[in-house]
Amino acid sequence: MDDARPIKVLLAKLGLDGHDRGVKVVARALQDAGMEVVYMGMRVTPETVADRAQEEAADVIGISLLSGAHKKLMQAMVKATEEREIRDETLILVGGTIPEGDEEELAAMGIDGVFPVGSSLADIENFIREHRKPRA
Amino acid sequence: MPLYDQEALDAAQAQRARWEHDELSATTSKLPTFRDQFRTISGIPVEPIYTPADNPALSYEEDLGNPGQYPFTRGVYPTMYRGRQWSRRQIAGFGTASSTNARFKFLMENGQTGLSTDFDHPTLTGYDSLHPLSEGEVGRLGVAIDTLPDMADLFDGIPLDKVSISLTVNHPAIVLLAFLLEHAKDQGVGWDRLRGTVQNDSLKESFGQKTFAVPPRGGFRLTMDLVEYCTEHVPAWNTISISGYHTREAGSDAIQELAFTMAQGMAYIEGGLRRGMSVDTFAPRLSFFFGVHMDFFEEIAKLRAARRLWARIVKERYGATNPRALLCRFHSQTLGSTLVRNGMLNNIVRGTSQALAAVLGGTQSLHVSGYDEAHDIPSEDAMRMSLTTQRILGSETGVPDTADPLGGSFFVEKLTSEIEERAMEYINKIDAMGNGSMLDGMFAAIDSGYIEKEIADASYDYQRRIENKDYLVLGLNVPIADATLPPKLYEHDDEEEERQKERLADVVRKRDPLITAGALDALREGTAGDANLMPLVLDAARSHATEGEIMGVFREIFGEHQDPGIF
Repeated sequence: MDDARPIKVLLAKLGLDGHDRGVKVVARALQDAGMEVVYMGMRVTPETVADRAQEEAADVIGISLLSGAHKKLMQAMVKATEEREIRDETLILVGGTIPEGDEEELAAMGIDGVFPVGSSLADIENFIREHRKPRA
Repeated sequence: MPLYDQEALDAAQAQRARWEHDELSATTSKLPTFRDQFRTISGIPVEPIYTPADNPALSYEEDLGNPGQYPFTRGVYPTMYRGRQWSRRQIAGFGTASSTNARFKFLMENGQTGLSTDFDHPTLTGYDSLHPLSEGEVGRLGVAIDTLPDMADLFDGIPLDKVSISLTVNHPAIVLLAFLLEHAKDQGVGWDRLRGTVQNDSLKESFGQKTFAVPPRGGFRLTMDLVEYCTEHVPAWNTISISGYHTREAGSDAIQELAFTMAQGMAYIEGGLRRGMSVDTFAPRLSFFFGVHMDFFEEIAKLRAARRLWARIVKERYGATNPRALLCRFHSQTLGSTLVRNGMLNNIVRGTSQALAAVLGGTQSLHVSGYDEAHDIPSEDAMRMSLTTQRILGSETGVPDTADPLGGSFFVEKLTSEIEERAMEYINKIDAMGNGSMLDGMFAAIDSGYIEKEIADASYDYQRRIENKDYLVLGLNVPIADATLPPKLYEHDDEEEERQKERLADVVRKRDPLITAGALDALREGTAGDANLMPLVLDAARSHATEGEIMGVFREIFGEHQDPGIF
């Protein structure tokens, strides 16, 4: 693992959800923390995100969801990374309005970290640094 | 005439200087203040005290007026809450139309006095429940409305001529209102008897709510077609609810919220003027919608400043002579983004404080966000609590008994003027971007990403203050022992999505395909030209064309809008 290379983070909002305050703040904070951040904006599909992650060799995919559709969409997100064989080298995170009861289910489907509304920026940054996956 | 003469101002100034030198410094040398600088949530510096000297030029006649008098700083109506209390209007919407209809009836049984409809993301963005993009979001954060029969179910058993109704939707507002108007026709209720509001604020979709369906200029045409049509045919209907709430939720501060909302309103006025409408005919039906944050006095000052700014702008810049055209009547909602997940019942206190600020700020209607909304859409228990909060403020506190009770407060008056001035700086900047046209200026400010960038900056600053513990929020950056029992949360029924999809398929199966296709063709032709689209949308609605089909025609002609991903 080449530690000198800055961590590359790909952020996006899936589905039709328009709540983007949180994801933009996270984007800015991670950038200020020295990471390379690409924010794809809203209304992108899991497939587009996975394609972009592959192209850019992103270390992290961060998805923001306040639409309640996190279970369906995150399942599709994991599947899209598996299909492109980038699942094992990508940290997949989700943030937003995630009811506590759903956190376990998301973990079970392979989501590496869940950051509900109110999470601190420092926690997100530290989590990424600690859990970044080694690249082949 | 200034409220204080020079002698009084000099005396106040001298007394303050002596106090600062003697009493204040004697105390702070022994017991320092716990912070060097104090400022509002929006960053306005706050002094230890305020005196008449902080408001040297304030004139009662010119800057305040009595309630119902220009410039309406103290309220839009002479009687304010003595005549009629604010409408208790909790927004509701989830699942199918019949589920939301049941919630409406529950709210009305618990003290609700006006209805407000929250639509799901597919409806807000103009996609049918059967569209692949809608998957997982049908009926999830609002009600799914695809066709006219859905609208009939939504208001089943609700007398449209007695209850005022708000449809909280923007680019597809023209479609949803058409469904409602056709439903009213079926119920035998004349359009002149309908009272209510359609949000229809297309501009803020680019930077606030971001549930856009078409690009900004196409959206603007839809907004203005509705305004033009309704001003003539649905005279008591509020044609736009010019919204700052979503801008605030997107992370703006109070000044930006006020400034951009006023700028949106000015653009709509100029849009009407360009069509040859008279400001005196359509401006009286424009209403507003603000968020209310936790900084108590800043929010009250913002709402007072909103009334004064709007009245001055509409009178001085647009030359309105109808006094009703000058009124900034508004709905308020306590901000969902201030709710904290941890220690959820503490949010009842936050909601109460924000609701009190809204009432002291002279709101016409109010929604108190549910204490459980950092987890999911609100439960029945949370909505009952929100209504109870409003009822207690209304009946037990004495607060509504006199208009603008904080008028004349040295601090609140200073803050009101300060916020007005700071908002005017933004407005002037946008005006300059349009070379003296606020309409062109708003498009320029949207196209260049200026507004979104300003909001993102403020949002990041606020978050940094939270991270640095410069602003303390219990349960967020101040740990609490959360001993409260978890209340019963909203439980989403995943079957609702399937039910809605089947229902849509059924309506489509049963309609006359030739009539629907004809209506959509006529709409396409009208959209490509410059016809007012409302009559064509009404025909399409009547033919049971779906919302997604109608919006699809607009997407075909106006194009699709991409989120620029600014942060």
